[in-house]
Amino acid sequence: MSYSEKVLDHYENPRNVGSFEKDASGVGTGMVGAPACGDVMKLQIKVNEQGIIEDAKFKTYGCGSAIASSSLVTEWVKGKSLDEAMHLKNTQIAEELALPPVKIHCSILAEDAIKAAVADYKQKHGLGGEEYTACNPPKEH
Amino acid sequence: MPDFNRNHFELFHLPVAFGIDSQALEQAYRDVQAEVHPDRFAHAGEAEQRLAMQWATQVNEAYQTLKLPFERARYLLGLHGVNALDPNNTVMPADFLMQQMEWREQLAEASDRLDVHALDRLEQDLRAMAQRLERELADQIDGRQDYTTAAETLRKFRFMEKLLHDIQDAYEEIV
Repeated sequence: MSYSEKVLDHYENPRNVGSFEKDASGVGTGMVGAPACGDVMKLQIKVNEQGIIEDAKFKTYGCGSAIASSSLVTEWVKGKSLDEAMHLKNTQIAEELALPPVKIHCSILAEDAIKAAVADYKQKHGLGGEEYTACNPPKEH
Repeated sequence: MPDFNRNHFELFHLPVAFGIDSQALEQAYRDVQAEVHPDRFAHAGEAEQRLAMQWATQVNEAYQTLKLPFERARYLLGLHGVNALDPNNTVMPADFLMQQMEWREQLAEASDRLDVHALDRLEQDLRAMAQRLERELADQIDGRQDYTTAAETLRKFRFMEKLLHDIQDAYEEIV
């Protein structure tokens, strides 16, 4: 399969790779995984007192499309409010990166990761954010 | 002649279960394969040859599916109407994902440092986890017939398969 130029660009020069201290007060962490391919993605946001996302970082272990999707999302959410970040749609990611149908799940993963990060931040700060549950509620074992 | 409606287990006259007698599978595969070998149809008509070819393809596919625990479990759950690997489902238990991240980081570090011993230790941990999941699958599918929980276990298994695949790549790069 051939990747689009934008995917290759993010894949070869990923933006904002790394981690924040998970327990730091302004940090929200989202962790998700794709059972379809075994990719794992961690996306973190650093939020200032005005509720604006100042910085974002990610670590993704997966294919080029998954890396590009998370890299793009960290770029997009910087300077956005939490609510704006919550409204990010996987279709926007897929369109920007020209992902083929078989790679759409990579953009879903990135959307779920940013939402999980926002939810984690809100939960930490008692902002009424329920734990983000994507399409299925988490089950206890 | 072939009955394309039989499932992979029935094709080899094996019980529809996750627990499998590997020797019986090998034997059944060889028997059925001999039956459908294209050489036996060298003098048959075109239609019959084509049918034999399709048949041989199905037999191969069935064998490859049943041989590997991951594929066998996935296929079995499918027979029970459960699509365990729905790509839209990205929720995994948090502690499981945390552990995956840690293993991924260990793998990346060991590869960077060309540290074969670290890879060996990691591979042991990964295999232990994969074996544990395999035992859980046997219990959930054959024992309790709890296919929903088995689907969750299979999803975890998927991540282990990926890691084990990637660690082999890491070995190859070092050697």
